[in-house]
Amino acid sequence: MAEARVAARWAGAGYYALLALFLYMPIFLLIVFSFNDSVILAFPLKGFTLEWYHELLQAEELLASIKNSLLVGFLASAVSLALGTLAAIAIMRFRFRGRDTFLSFASLPLVIPYVVLGVALLILFSALGIDLYLWTVAIGHVVINVPYVMLIVAARLAGFQANLEEAAMDLGATYWVTLTKVTLPLSAPALVAAFLSSFTTSFDEFTLAFFLAGTQNTLPVYLYSQLRFPSRLPLAVSLAAVVMVVSILILLLSEWLRRIGAGASKTKGIK
Amino acid sequence: MFLLSPPALTLLVFFFVPLVIMASYTVREGTFGVASRTFSLDSFRTLTENPGFLRLLKDSMVLSLQTSFFAILLAYPVAYFLVFHAGKRRMSLLTLLIVPAWTSYLLRILAWKLILGSNGVLNYTLLNLGWIDEGVPIFLYSRTAVLITLVYVWVPFAALPIFSSLERIQRHLLEAASDLGAKPWESFLRVTLPLSFPGILAAFFFVSIPTVGEWVTPTLVGGVDGIMYGNLIQDQFSRALNWPMGALLSMVLLVIVLVAVMVFNRFVNITEVGAYG
Repeated sequence: MAEARVAARWAGAGYYALLALFLYMPIFLLIVFSFNDSVILAFPLKGFTLEWYHELLQAEELLASIKNSLLVGFLASAVSLALGTLAAIAIMRFRFRGRDTFLSFASLPLVIPYVVLGVALLILFSALGIDLYLWTVAIGHVVINVPYVMLIVAARLAGFQANLEEAAMDLGATYWVTLTKVTLPLSAPALVAAFLSSFTTSFDEFTLAFFLAGTQNTLPVYLYSQLRFPSRLPLAVSLAAVVMVVSILILLLSEWLRRIGAGASKTKGIK
Repeated sequence: MFLLSPPALTLLVFFFVPLVIMASYTVREGTFGVASRTFSLDSFRTLTENPGFLRLLKDSMVLSLQTSFFAILLAYPVAYFLVFHAGKRRMSLLTLLIVPAWTSYLLRILAWKLILGSNGVLNYTLLNLGWIDEGVPIFLYSRTAVLITLVYVWVPFAALPIFSSLERIQRHLLEAASDLGAKPWESFLRVTLPLSFPGILAAFFFVSIPTVGEWVTPTLVGGVDGIMYGNLIQDQFSRALNWPMGALLSMVLLVIVLVAVMVFNRFVNITEVGAYG
């Protein structure tokens, strides 16, 4: 019995290693090619160079698209955070008619194909005569991020007892004071995690940006336009290496905060 | 109630209203000007008269089922290993598998292009190993390439709900099975597997729903043979400029997704799985 268990354990560990290799290989490959001294992205490697990174710093369109993505990301995440947190507090701390209905409908953006949402918003903005610009992309990102924020914050609110808030109010605090001095500080890790999660979603989102950005470029839209020109690929690849490393760092931070945020209790559904 | 109105209003104006306007667009004659206000059933006629549209829809649904199947097949053993054999480090090891999924989607697809291309890494490796004599171009620009790339993208997300359903299985049930004389594979088939079924179902849901409308991956690695239903929609808006047709194709996809969600919702709590974000 014990031997079979040890064998199973080793087989499992081997399989884990293989799957991890499968998942990481494409990323390592991009990083390797980003230092490769050739325009053609193929083996055998031609030698080490930092040229692509050097060119990266001078690609103005690219830098502009990064700036746009940061702007859209901050705007969309800030608004999503505010809206999603309000929704989370409402559904976790109040019982009202239509609560379940609201929850179901507010979760729908989680399942809608982005291509459908993208064209629907495109039609809306055109019907209203609104010119497409970065903030129309941000609106699209708010719609898809609000449900995520709501679920992350709601999980945190479920993790501490509403009687902490009741105690504050019994001691004479107004609802507003309770909200700002008790509820929100206690939710802080979840709020930061929700913000970072929205930000990274928005920063990497392509489909909605493709339909809603107008003449502007966000980073994914710019990258998409570059993928058609083989000679521009090395630049895209070195950018990939940078973006990947940065987004991994941000998300590790967010995951760590979410763990704290959800507390020792396991994250459970909120229905 | 004042807490709820800002988010509710936002979703109403920028989620439900657009979908309603889009639905009304399906019975218009054209995209702009007078034609966009004229009633017409042209798009419905085009849809029913061209089997190509519905065939691509079927292909996309098959692709999303295949993607879910292979993603779950690859993810289940690793989730099983983490829960039952990896001890205290299982959360860190799980996170390690998710990390690649946090990096740019477009760039991961680009990486697969470099792997599968005719000058790609896969061909190069096979050539050097002497397994093939010349570059095999079949890897890139095919449905298989789309499938491989999509499975790659979705494996980590399939692993999450399976992991959490296995975590919830009470260990004494397995001990009881073993005490009653069940062999390890018997207790797997009759205890572990059935109890992890909600996780498999959730994984199935969270892989198949987003992939059915996928159009970016087919555009980049699928070539002519690999285009999918999502590409049809995108094409009506960015090239053909036939919005009524595009709106109709979108509505068909939306209805299919909503029906699937309603069916799944009887078995899976969406908010629970969504909390993995």
